[in-house]
Amino acid sequence: MYINPNEILETIQMVRMEHLDIRTVTMGISLRDCSHPDIEVFNENIYEKITTRAKELVRTTNEIQSLYGIPIINKRISVTPIAVAAESCRSPDFVSIAKTMDEAAKDSQVDFIGGFSALVHKGATVGDLKLINSIPEALESTEKVCSSVNVATTKTGINMDAVGLMGSIIKKTADLTADRDGIGCAKLVTFANAPEDNPFMAGAFHGIGEPECVINVGVSGPGVVNAAICELENPNLTEISETIKKTAFKITRMGEMVGREVSRRLGVEFGILDLSLAPTPAIGDSVAAILEAMGLERCGAHGTTAALALLNDAVKKGGAMASSSVGGLSGAFIPVSEDAGMIESVRAGALSLEKLEAMTSVCSVGLDMIAVPGDTPASTLSAIIADEMAIGVINRKTTAVRIIPAPGKRVGDSVEFGGLLGNAPIMPVSNFSSETFVKRGGRIPAPIQSLTN
Amino acid sequence: MASSRFIITVIGSDRVGIVARITSVMASFNVNIVDITQTIMQGIFTMIMLAEAPQENFDLAAFQEAMSAEGKSLGVEVKVQHEDVFRFMHRI
Repeated sequence: MYINPNEILETIQMVRMEHLDIRTVTMGISLRDCSHPDIEVFNENIYEKITTRAKELVRTTNEIQSLYGIPIINKRISVTPIAVAAESCRSPDFVSIAKTMDEAAKDSQVDFIGGFSALVHKGATVGDLKLINSIPEALESTEKVCSSVNVATTKTGINMDAVGLMGSIIKKTADLTADRDGIGCAKLVTFANAPEDNPFMAGAFHGIGEPECVINVGVSGPGVVNAAICELENPNLTEISETIKKTAFKITRMGEMVGREVSRRLGVEFGILDLSLAPTPAIGDSVAAILEAMGLERCGAHGTTAALALLNDAVKKGGAMASSSVGGLSGAFIPVSEDAGMIESVRAGALSLEKLEAMTSVCSVGLDMIAVPGDTPASTLSAIIADEMAIGVINRKTTAVRIIPAPGKRVGDSVEFGGLLGNAPIMPVSNFSSETFVKRGGRIPAPIQSLTN
Repeated sequence: MASSRFIITVIGSDRVGIVARITSVMASFNVNIVDITQTIMQGIFTMIMLAEAPQENFDLAAFQEAMSAEGKSLGVEVKVQHEDVFRFMHRI
């Protein structure tokens, strides 16, 4: 047989036992031609545009899934940041836009729609502020809408006024969804250096440098990487790195094939492939388990940052070799509530917020799906964001914060979000105040790009 | 996707008649076997076939459904996947 039977069985095994999947096929749609001063007309325009463009998305994706026998878990849509597209709307708030997006997503049968977003890394326009102030109610009154705000870049520094504002927006969002443990905050990300072509939620939006319509694909497979490492007999770290690279290569190839076929059938440009090890609450589908397979007793022990750096770098190397279209976030995610191994590590006292922060300096994204006590002050949330933004800005990488101040919950409690969002033990935050620092506002200037020590 | 060739894998415990019954479903859909190999992997019966579907009027979904239903009644797992998935993953 011209394809080696062992290779065939390896592929089958990855899907059957090791949770290999295409996490998402995300269609990016530009809404820049939908602008109108009357928000009702704007809403009609975007509904029409989204549902027309995405009409065949789910059907085609399902066909590809059965053709190749590879599960495609989510179908999603990302749109132009609404703050940009709706800038000219005279309405005082943008909540009705979120509701329209939700309706368009439901009617297109996709799982999520991202792009209720603003880019305010240098400063905010009137439209940006309208959007940000609409976030709590928008996330409370919709199911599928995801929101993100970019508050910092390496080229511009950190907009501390926006960071300060986001702390209270997160608090309000949690309070409005208090009956569901503050789940609104699980759909809200604060970014530094946000990528414009990221297919993963909650941070996906269709960037302003993107084409009219595009297909981006997100592939996952922490379980496959974990299984590959576990098969090695007493490996050294060079051998582990080599194995991760080869595994990442295979996963990426599959994602690229699926992405190209979906875009060919839909007649839509293929954008990028994002190879990110995105864990799910399923046992074995865990990034923490990979780090533990490298030899750490628990994720969070000393050595975790080094192990994660190795993992993230090897994933990128394997991915870059396999596809010329690698983009988005591409690396390892460490969302606490979505990763059974991370949850165990927090419960065992091995993994703290401080250690997670250190880990984010060497991997994708940042402090992700972390639940903290409901009485955490807004200024402390802002300060946590500021720290994370600083790591991204100085290291010229994307970082983000998705944090849930779970209403009425304390350290020792946990919150249950269900599905891919999982459950999270409440983690302690510092009780010392950051309020004066956060209230100062202004901008932390862009960092110098030389003298890097 | 240029070809209409599929990899069919049958995984489960060995018993009399697996090949006969699976291939008769294939014949009823006019699907031709190009290559076939079988092995016992960790005590589990594994059959792999490279098969070619007719160019026209081939209903993949119905074929997949019939194959997996036949597999179920035999107590084995049957998967029908386009060959590209294996070529792409392991070859440049």
